[in-house]
Amino acid sequence: MSELALPKVDQSIILNKDKIVSKLKRIIKLENVLDHNDEIKPYETDALSAYKQKPLAVVLPENTQEVSKILKYCNEEKIKIIPRGAGTGLSGGALPLQDAILLSLGKFNKILEIDFDNKCVVAQPGVTNLSITHAVQHKGFYYAPDPSSQLACSIGGNVAENSGGIHSLKYGTTTNNILGTELVLMDGTICRLGGKTLDQEGYDLLGLICGSEGLLGVITEVTVKILKKPQTVRAVLIGFPTIEDGGNCVSEIISSGIVPSGMEIMDKALIEATDNFCKAGYPRDAEALMIVELDGTNSEVDELINKVSDIAKKNNSTSIRISKNEKERLAFWAGRKAAFPACGAMAPDYYCMDGTIPRGKLSEVLKEIKRLSKKYNLPVANAFHAGDGNLHPLIMFDANNKEELRKTEEFGAEILKYCVKAGGVLTGEHGVGIEKRELMCEMFNDNDIQQQLKIKKSLDTKNLLNPGKVYPILRKCAEEGRVHVHRGEEKFPDLPRF
Amino acid sequence: MSIEVRKNSQISQDSDYILRPDNEEKVSQIIKDLYKKNLPTEIIGSNSKSFIGNKLQCAKILDLSKLSGIVEYLPEELYIKVKACTPIANIEEVLKKNNQQLSFEPIDFGYISSSKSNKGTAAGCLSCNFSGSRRFKSGSVRDHVLGFRGVNGKGDTIKSGGTVVKNVTGYDLSKLITGSFGTLIALTEITFKVLPTKDSSSTLVIHEDSKEEIAKLFNNIQSSSNEISGSVFVPIEPNNKKYIQNREKIFSFNDLKNEGPFLAVRMEGSKKSIDERIRDLTIELNLKNKKKSLLDVHQSLLFWERINNLEIFSNTQNSLVRIVIPPFKCIDLMKYLNRDYKYYIDWCGSLFWIEIPDMNEEKLLNIKDYIIRLGGYLTVIKNSTPLNDIFTINETRLHISKKIKESFDPKGIFNPGKMYRSV
Ligand SMILES: Cc1cc2nc3c(=O)[nH]c(=O)nc-3n(C[C@H](O)[C@H](O)[C@H](O)COP(=O)(O)OP(=O)(O)OC[C@H]3O[C@@H](n4cnc5c(N)ncnc54)[C@H](O)[C@@H]3O)c2cc1C
Repeated sequence: MSELALPKVDQSIILNKDKIVSKLKRIIKLENVLDHNDEIKPYETDALSAYKQKPLAVVLPENTQEVSKILKYCNEEKIKIIPRGAGTGLSGGALPLQDAILLSLGKFNKILEIDFDNKCVVAQPGVTNLSITHAVQHKGFYYAPDPSSQLACSIGGNVAENSGGIHSLKYGTTTNNILGTELVLMDGTICRLGGKTLDQEGYDLLGLICGSEGLLGVITEVTVKILKKPQTVRAVLIGFPTIEDGGNCVSEIISSGIVPSGMEIMDKALIEATDNFCKAGYPRDAEALMIVELDGTNSEVDELINKVSDIAKKNNSTSIRISKNEKERLAFWAGRKAAFPACGAMAPDYYCMDGTIPRGKLSEVLKEIKRLSKKYNLPVANAFHAGDGNLHPLIMFDANNKEELRKTEEFGAEILKYCVKAGGVLTGEHGVGIEKRELMCEMFNDNDIQQQLKIKKSLDTKNLLNPGKVYPILRKCAEEGRVHVHRGEEKFPDLPRF
Repeated sequence: MSIEVRKNSQISQDSDYILRPDNEEKVSQIIKDLYKKNLPTEIIGSNSKSFIGNKLQCAKILDLSKLSGIVEYLPEELYIKVKACTPIANIEEVLKKNNQQLSFEPIDFGYISSSKSNKGTAAGCLSCNFSGSRRFKSGSVRDHVLGFRGVNGKGDTIKSGGTVVKNVTGYDLSKLITGSFGTLIALTEITFKVLPTKDSSSTLVIHEDSKEEIAKLFNNIQSSSNEISGSVFVPIEPNNKKYIQNREKIFSFNDLKNEGPFLAVRMEGSKKSIDERIRDLTIELNLKNKKKSLLDVHQSLLFWERINNLEIFSNTQNSLVRIVIPPFKCIDLMKYLNRDYKYYIDWCGSLFWIEIPDMNEEKLLNIKDYIIRLGGYLTVIKNSTPLNDIFTINETRLHISKKIKESFDPKGIFNPGKMYRSV
């Protein structure tokens, strides 16, 4: 992994560690300040585990007042702060700095209110995504955004990253599903944005915070919208002889006016990998496999399935299977959910990319990825949230081979640049973090970036909150690393990966 | 003074009073100059909503109406990129040919000011972030802005977002500028997400008077999995003859049986699925013994158009306020309004449009206080008398808003005081 440029270390902070730690121990409970090496080790990286760095200390505040006091103190003393949820981020957003305090929201783990009357749940930021659905499902409700890390990732982290999931195609990402937050600014100011109403009046600060990767404030409470579960959910598994046919089918389904709740594609490499890995029963002769999920009322779903099947046939599908029951629907998904571990089983390491492209460019971009795979002589398997053009190419390599590692990084950067060239963007849901920071100039010019930095500066005058993330610091747009998994020693190996 | 009058009275004195650039480059040059000279400037599109917000006193008017036209429309990619001041009506017309729509249902403010349609421009629609009846299901204007280009208060051209939905590259400025009433940026180009129009639609009208029953119905509709895409309650209050006549005229449909108050529910989709859902909903909401009407697709389309045109308040001389509250509080607000006000409720209990006769500062403060206690917010849309604080904000958010404003427009030259006196 190439060397990562980080903000300049403030030696005076390191020298004053004891003083700072003892002050923090006066602000919050003694036992909630960690500063011994073995205590802080679990916090040295997130799920972009190639990068590791121990922070100066870790604090685990228990309430908003404590967060506010910590931030106020750190702001006055010019100490950097790194907010952290569950540490499942894939772009290094929660990577600590040597001279920073890592602020974990781990103790903010309670659901504060379940309000069926107003169709919302108020939760502390450390609550996991899935536990919100668990708390309301007995009445037939659920929280829509479903990142595949939902068992582990925190709702605060979801807001910070604006996370999505397979159902974002129909139900949107985090930003479309939250009603309010409580936020603490770097100077300690506590503020409430939104509440239980739809939309806010005035500047949409909630929209700004969502996806701000912990750079603008620490989220201490989140109010999410809950939805009633659809009456019927069914999935269709479709094989295609070429990836072009699959891509065309996606475009035609969308053009025909159908918005499925999810629409995923895997390429041949991944069909084989997942079928070997978990015996998913996928058609191995297919070059591309598509899973389309439709939900709604019974007759609507029936009608849509017929339409989708007709469109698939027109696009040369070689096989079509329609789920007859819930068990079968889940079986269709099993292989797709095993995509990451399946790649892990095929090579010592893999890199996961996260660009988004216009749907119509799917086969063009795939061809380019194939060409690059030959050029770099590295195998790649592709999984996509095809419905919204979000690609997850998985490049397989061996990190012990330094030359291969360098080539992989170059390969990954070339894919992302091509996504931008094709009219797309660098990241669809994993965030910029430290990972794609230096590629930002591919999408934005100096004016664009300066405007964003001015917003940052207006809320965090001294640039102390999660510095070194999202915005280029090298100013040369170098190509840096992507998700790096070594010998299956990935973080959260049990989680399904999309 | 209205802008038209001001235009006429000033033009003779200052031929540069109104600036009308026809491309982004010129917008940038003009703003660089305004910045240098520190000249407060009012930004306008087609003026369809200029009556919303505090009155401005500016040295210049930046009229962006020449930035009009569709830049790129890719139906299969579900987006349309337009120059900022393209009329919404033109956009909707183009989308309609491909069976697509802006699914947040832009509000037509033309009727309340001049009794005829005027949906204004893309930039105007974005700047206000007021969405129609489908909002509680499909999201608001802000949820449909994929990206934009514009010029900040220093004259720098900036962009954010793109043309794809899944995008977390950098801060989501599209959200931030939506609803900012032209105080942050002079927009030059906007990309909207578009969605397919459903094959058909029907509206089930439930004739119901009891406030408790209405609140219960709203609550149950929100809990329904029958994909309801609109739900409004139109009362007959206040009981005045002129209003009743106007109401009857607007809602005169062949199949609308009763003249009393009603709650209407819209379903969109295939004909077959709608029929199925109506059957289902009748059981789910226990409607068997209630008086009902059913509007077919033609009547249904017209019905919701009239709702979203605010035709109930056509050409009103009174003040009009827009209130959003948590949906379950709608019973409290209904009781508070008693029979004293002309109003209707949209967004399944969340959105109230209320006409307020004899508006004054004290009256406004009282209502606003109450709304804040309910956990909601109030915006004065049209005021019959000059008022302070026509938006709802608290100290902390005002403080943050000022900082955000400064980061875009350091000298405060764009629409100064339009939203809050100090921003
Ligand atoms: C196996 C696996 C599968 C995944 N699948 C998906 C997927 O399908 N879709 C998807 O979108 N993502 C996915 N991710 C990425 C990740 O789970 C999400 O980005 C998630 O939202 C991160 O949440 P977290 O609590 O782990 O945040 P962290 O990793 O702890 O932090 C992420 C960022 O948010 C900031 N942050 C965290 N909490 C707060 C807070 N309270 N206030 C302010 N800033 C905060 C941090 O500073 C950091 O910048 C996956 C990750 C893994 C490991």
